[in-house]
Formats: sequence, structure tokens, C-alpha cells
Amino acid sequence: MSWEVVIGLEAHVQLATHSKIFSSSSTQYGAAPNTQANEVDMALPGSLPVLNRQAVEYAIRFGLAIGATVSPRSIFARKNYFYPDLPKNYQISQYEIPVVLGGKLQCFVDGEPLTFNLTRAHLEEDAGKSIHENFATPDGRPCSGIDLNRSGTPLLEIVSEPEMRSAAQAVAYARALHALVVWLGICDGNMQEGSFRIDANVSVRPKGQEAFGTRTETKNVNSFRFLERAISYEIRRQIELIEDGGKVVQETRLYDADRDETRSMRSKEDAHDYRYFPDPDLPPLIITSAWMAQVQAGMPELPEEMRRRFVKTLGLSSEDVAQLCNDRQTAQYFEAVASALPAGQAKLAANWVMGEVAAALNREENDIDACPLSAAALAKLLLRISDGTISNKIARDVFADMWANNTLDADAIIDARGLKQISDSDAIGAMVDEVIASQPAIVQEYRAGKQKAFNSLVGQVMKLAKGKANPGQVNDLLKQRLDS
Amino acid sequence: MALFLDQYTDIFALRKALDNKQISVKELTQTLLGDIKQHAHLNAFVDVQPALSLAQAEIAEQSLASGQGGALTGIPLAHKDIFVTEGWRTTAGSRILSDYRSPFDATVVQALLKAQTVSLGKLSCDEFAMGSGNEHAATGPVRNPWDPDVVPGGSSGGSAAAVAAGLVLGATGTDTGGSVRQPAALSGICGIKPTYGVASRFGMIAYASSLDQAGVMARSAADLALLLDAISGFDPRDATSIETCRGVANAPGRILSDYANFNATKNTPPLAGLRIGVPTEYFGDGLNNDVAQAVEQALVVLESLGAKRVSISLPNTALSIPAYYVIAPAEASSNLARYDAVRYGHRTETYTDLADMSARSRSEGFGEEVRKRIMIGTYVLSHGYYDAYYLQAQRVRRLIAQDFQRAFADQCDVIMGPVTPTVAPAIGSLSTDPTAEWLGDIYTLSVNLAGLPGLSIPCGFAPGHRSQPLPVGLQMIGNYFDEGRLLAVAHQFQLVTDWHQRRPGAST
Repeated sequence: MSWEVVIGLEAHVQLATHSKIFSSSSTQYGAAPNTQANEVDMALPGSLPVLNRQAVEYAIRFGLAIGATVSPRSIFARKNYFYPDLPKNYQISQYEIPVVLGGKLQCFVDGEPLTFNLTRAHLEEDAGKSIHENFATPDGRPCSGIDLNRSGTPLLEIVSEPEMRSAAQAVAYARALHALVVWLGICDGNMQEGSFRIDANVSVRPKGQEAFGTRTETKNVNSFRFLERAISYEIRRQIELIEDGGKVVQETRLYDADRDETRSMRSKEDAHDYRYFPDPDLPPLIITSAWMAQVQAGMPELPEEMRRRFVKTLGLSSEDVAQLCNDRQTAQYFEAVASALPAGQAKLAANWVMGEVAAALNREENDIDACPLSAAALAKLLLRISDGTISNKIARDVFADMWANNTLDADAIIDARGLKQISDSDAIGAMVDEVIASQPAIVQEYRAGKQKAFNSLVGQVMKLAKGKANPGQVNDLLKQRLDS
Repeated sequence: MALFLDQYTDIFALRKALDNKQISVKELTQTLLGDIKQHAHLNAFVDVQPALSLAQAEIAEQSLASGQGGALTGIPLAHKDIFVTEGWRTTAGSRILSDYRSPFDATVVQALLKAQTVSLGKLSCDEFAMGSGNEHAATGPVRNPWDPDVVPGGSSGGSAAAVAAGLVLGATGTDTGGSVRQPAALSGICGIKPTYGVASRFGMIAYASSLDQAGVMARSAADLALLLDAISGFDPRDATSIETCRGVANAPGRILSDYANFNATKNTPPLAGLRIGVPTEYFGDGLNNDVAQAVEQALVVLESLGAKRVSISLPNTALSIPAYYVIAPAEASSNLARYDAVRYGHRTETYTDLADMSARSRSEGFGEEVRKRIMIGTYVLSHGYYDAYYLQAQRVRRLIAQDFQRAFADQCDVIMGPVTPTVAPAIGSLSTDPTAEWLGDIYTLSVNLAGLPGLSIPCGFAPGHRSQPLPVGLQMIGNYFDEGRLLAVAHQFQLVTDWHQRRPGAST
């Protein structure tokens, strides 16, 4: 039998606010345990939640970016369950009416654009962390520790429709979503620190069947590579199970990266009755059109818009812009370089940003924010290519020098090292004549029809010019003299 | 037993004595600490810290000496033990918080500290404010100063008893279903609960968040006006706190100004033009005849002051009991989930695992009434029952609020009636009938469900279970933000009557 895979993803996106969603405590990662938890985060008697406006604005930003409906009135609800790192023993979340409804996200699978629908996105608070390993009481007895620094960190839970049909599609969606929330500046995107977490709902059904199969939810996936593996494992597991006559059980599963497998965490029978009800401490969240307009005005240009613009006004290929617009900083860097060059040189800028710059950053495991070369400095170097002062090859040399020595003035390096390209026809002509005179054997071969001999002669001229001769001119003049 | 505060009719009289240096704030505080000790049998106070009170007295004293005093400087108060306080223990009347100390003060406590009042300590209340007789307190029942065998009312029973006994001139309370008005009525003092959102809930241990509202208790309407104004105002730390209502800012000064403006209009008679709505549903079966009589007498007095009596109907009054006893327990079941013995509070001695630790600690830490309401609340929010109970109760709640709005729209300016169907019952008598205590809340619950302001003032006496005379309260209900007018009307009543000046010792 042939099977169809159905995947829906839930992303928990930590919003990049300075303070928590319902308290004034800092959200900074990595502080000493329980130093960033105030009376609200610890659920002390008498404490009350007050909603962080910035978190709402980030949710609105996301809603606007995916063309969703931003609810003019949404409700915070309490999700009741006991867990020691959930201090109130209920989580404030949104249930019946979330802040964002619907929307679409475009991503690329093997270069082909695919659009997936989103169900909803809602605001909620994160729980604290339980620490079970290597933890003891001051007098040495084993115990569990609780760190409430994360308690109350704002999350936007983004739920997709179950529209993905392969692990590759799911990963493409997750990557596009990750890129978008980072692009919008609403999430730092750090998956290692848990700022962007994905749960995958996976089911399989016989091809052609309309009803969904029983799904499982896989949690604890903290990289795209693991997401792909976890989903692939789960698909295999489910198909084998059914083909062996078994039944998929609706359950939550945990991905174990070390063993590359998923395993059961809790089944539906253990599922809580969360006793959701509207939180009486928080009035309905009202988002006026004026507030939305204000958020809209502060939005960065969206990746899709930017891609379209680069293709249209700069004449770049869609492959190039897809790569350039992977993240906002790179796109902005590119645009700053391109706009400092004469018209028609955007491709040169694109090649360098995706080529030399990306490679150098990669080597140092840095991202564009940490690039030692400003866009202006790079533009100055590229200007010397476009005006013929140096060749592309020499420019790479200069670039390496600038990068290594943190020198931002390309012209100074070109002057100091005497790298200026020789474009004087007389000077090049003299060198061509010299080579022709000194290499009669190769000239003979060329005249006998050996094309390879020509390249050899070009090489000789370039050697004589210490690489600085304008290659186009060398070609032209050599051909001219040999063929005349 | 002569009490020091008996010589002052109200805050204004004590103010004069303090300003004239007839007594210093510190002497006053010392004396009252002594009186509190002597009246330990009332069981009204649960924590007294003389050093803390005297430190506050010192500040008030200095302020008076340098001419910086205000209307409340040096006035002795105490706080219901549902407000968190930095110096005094905060237990909410529960064993689960028996040793709890808050690292911060409630906004209401802070406001009264800023007004330079002197706190004499914490006052007993029903556990987590659940109860109508102050019998559900971990520290045992509080006794009514009018008769030690009857309850003072609840849940702010310690507050009512302390004011009625003359141990303080004012006290804070909280009112979720009548917990300020009912004990005020049963203890023969005055109490007001403002519009929901007028006073901050920050630092007020939550019972039912959508109903809980802070209030004050004192000897006269004029005193209430001073105290309530001081604790009112928008608080950015409480998202349900009101910023403005019909264009009027929720800020200190508003209530006092409304109150003064009403009293300043030299109408003759003083209540000319005032329409008093009297709901027929508040005078039906279950209302004790003698209580009805006292309330009726009060209405006659108010008519003699120029007010006009209008018969109105609040048809959904009876539904307030089931609606309240679904919504309040639902919210309570969630609000009280935080008492799990993980971070603070009572922890059981032995346990097998985390769940067992929380379960045992909660079973030991919570009293019967609290456990009962947590179970009801958990049930009504459960999957499959939510629509039939919680949602339905919220619909009823809207209908009840609409009843009031219809009445205020074109029939009346204030609504009046009894606070309770009977006078204070004997201690222990409520536990024999588990629903009797709940049914006694019939006249007060709907005010909380609608979020309206309501007050209670003494209006006479009726015979208790041994035929002893016990206080009866008159309830006044106003429209949203109408606290100033309610208090002014009550003040006019108190100008021509002396029920509020009767003290327990003298009358029995």
C-alpha cells in the first residue's frame, strides 16, 4: 500500500521582549537561577498579572506579516494543571479566541515556492524549569530544583494547518517561519536556548483516503536537522506499525537525538482536563485599528516584498534574491552595498555578499551582524572592480587583506601594494610584444591551430604584468597582434 | 470595661484631640495595644506587632509636629488578614499560610500607610474569605462584641468585631459576596464596598477575582468616606482596576468630592428629589419580621428627609445564589491552586512523591469550607460540565446586572433594603445546615455579581436567638462610581439618627 503523510507543526516562539509577559522581570537568558523571578513569576499570594504591551505588538507584527486576521478582541484563559515548575498551577494562555487567526506562509522546497496555511497564533506564558540531575539539598540529599527565571517568558504559539506532506516540507515551513520571526525582530531565533521550539503532529493515511489517521505529537526537537529526523522516524514507525497490523496510539512522544528515535511520553488516557476558563485577572485584549496601524508603520519590509523588489528593480535572479533575503541583516547589507555602486552592478554586489563575505563569515562562524567589513567599505572595493582599477582576482586578495587586518580602505591597500590594474594599451601592448618575441615556439603552436597555446601566452603576459594587466585588454591585444 | 476609644464618636473627634495635642499618637497607640490585649477573648486579632505599630505612630507623630498631617494622620486602623503586609504575618485565615510573610504590602495597605494611619495589626477572617460567620478561620471563631455567643458575620468578621468593640476606629475588609456589608450589619457598624475596580486588588489574596473588592469599615458614613477615598484609585499593578468611568478618573479625591458636593446642596429637606428603589424581592419569604421592621423604620426616616420611595423589581435576585456559588468556587479552585507546598506555605511531614506532597499538604492546610468550594469549582469547570454550569452562571450574572441597570435607568437613584435576612446567629449554629450560611447571602451577592457599590449602616436592633437585642443593617446600593452619593445619603440618615453611635457595652 502507498501511504500519504500528514504533518502539522506547532511552534513555540519566545518573543524578544525585555520583560516577561505578565511581570516586569527581565527575560535575559542565562542568569543565576531564580534571580529573574518576582512575586508574579513566583505566584506569591496577592500578586497579579499585567499584560506586556510589547508582547502584544510582536503578536500583531506577526499577524500582519502573514496576512492573518488580528482579533480586535481576544481572551486570556487559564489552563489549569499541577506541575511544580508552573508556580500558579495554571498557565495563562489564549484558548477560544486567540490574538491571530489564519494567515499564510510561503517557503521553498527544492527551489519551488509552496504556501502553507496557518490555523492560529496565540500569546501565552512559559513555565519555569525543573532540574532533576545533579541536584541536592544543602545537606546533600538528592532533590529536584526549580528555576523560575523562564517562568512568565512571553511565547507566541503558532499552529499550522496539517498541510505538509513530507518531512522536507515540514522543515522548509519551519525554516521559513524561523526566518520570518527573526526577520520581524520578534524572536532571537536561538534554538539552543529554546527561543524557537517545534512540536510536530504526524499521521499517515492510505493514499486517497480522506480521513486523517491517528496522530502523534513529537516534542523536544531543537534543531531543523533533528526535526527532519524525528519526523522521518515517526513516519517510518507509524507505517511499519500499521503494516504489521498494529494501531497508532494518540500520544505525545519525545525525540531522543542520541538514539535518533521518538519514544512515548504520555498517552491520551493521561491527558489532563485543563478546565480552561477566562482569566478573571485580565480583561479582554482589545486591539484597535489605530494600534494596528501604529504597529504596521513600525514594521520592516517583509522578505517577500524585498525579494520582489530586488528582482524588479535590480534585475537579480530569483535564486539570488532567495539567498540574499534569508535574513534581514544580510538583505540590508546587500542593499547598502548595491546602492553605493553604479547602476547595473547589483549582480556584482550579490556575488560578493553571497560569495566572499558569506564564506569569510562562515569560516569564523559569525553572522552578518559581526561582519568586520562595513557595507560602505565593501562597496568601495567593488567600485574598483567595476571601474577597472583592479580585477576580480586581485580584489579577492585585497578583500582578504582588509578582512585580516581590519583595514577598511581598499584604495589604500591597492596603492600601498601597487595592485592597480594596468589598463594602458601601450604598456600592455609592449608586454604582449615582449611575450610574442620571447616565445616563438608557443606562437608557432597557436598559429598551427592550437587554442591552448593562446591561453598559455595570456598567462605569460599576466605573469609579466604581475597579475595587474586588464585581462580583457590582454586578450584583445594578443589576438590582434597574433592574427595580424 | 471602659475602652479608650469610647470617648470619641468618630475619626473627626479623634482628629481634633490629636491636633489639639490632648493625646499623642504614640500614647494612643500604646493604649490601644493594651485594649487589644484585654479583648483577646474576641479573637479578632491574629497578629499584633507593637514595635511595628509604634514605628508607624512615630512617623505620624513627627508629621503632626511639623504640620504635615492629613485627615487620617495617626488614626488607628487594622487590616483584614487577606491583605498582604510586609511586617505582619499574612495567613488569609488558613493553616496553609500559617507562617507566611509577604515581601511586599498590598496597594490598599500602602495607601493607608501613605495617609499616615497607624496599623495595629491583622484581623481574623474566614479562610480565604470564604464564609459568612468568621467560623472558618484557622485561629477559631471570632466573637461578636454585642454578644460573645453570636458570630460577628464574615468573612471580614475580625474587622467588624474590632471596630464594633472600639479597638480601632477603622478597618479594611474585602467583599466578594457581602463580606464587608454583612459583618458590618451583624456587628452594628458601617461598611462599604465600592464599585468593582475602584480599589486595587494588588496584594489582596484572591478568592474569586472577578468579584473580590476591597472595602472599609468604621463607625460612621463620614468616616467611611475618608477611608474609602484613601484606598481608591487606579493601580497599574491590577489589570482590572478602573482608570476612568464615564469620563471620570478613578483617583483619590473623587469620592470625597462627590460626598461633599451632595451634602453641600442645601436642599430642604436634605434628600428632596432622591428616589429610593425598594426591591420587592428583598422583602420576601425568609426575611425575619423584626429585621424587616427595622429596615422599614429606616426607610420612613429617609422619606421624612425628603426621599421618595419607589417599589422596584430585581427579578433575578434568587438566581444570584446559584450563579455566585458556581462562579466564585470556579475562580477559587484555580486561584488556590498555587498553594501546593512547593515554594511556600504548609508542607506535610511525610510524602512519597511530588503529587503526594501537594495533595497531603493541601488536605492538611485547607479547612472544610475551602475544600468544599475547591471541589465544586473544579467540578463546574470540568470538561462536559463547563457550559451547563460556568457559562450558564455567567449568563445569569449578565441578567442580574441588567436588572440593576434597568432600575437605575429610569426608576431610582439608589436601591435600599436589608443586608441580611436575620440578625447574627449563634456561633456553631450554621454548621448544622450547610446551605443556611449560603442562603443568608441572598441580598448581598447580586451587588458583587453586578460589580456595583454597596454599603451597610446600622438601622436598629432585633432580637437574637436568646431574644437579646442584636444590630440590624440597612443596605444601600448605588450605580457604578456612585460611592460619594451613597455615603452622603447615609450621612444624612446618621445626622438624624443615633444607631451608629450605639456601643456594645452601653446597649446590652
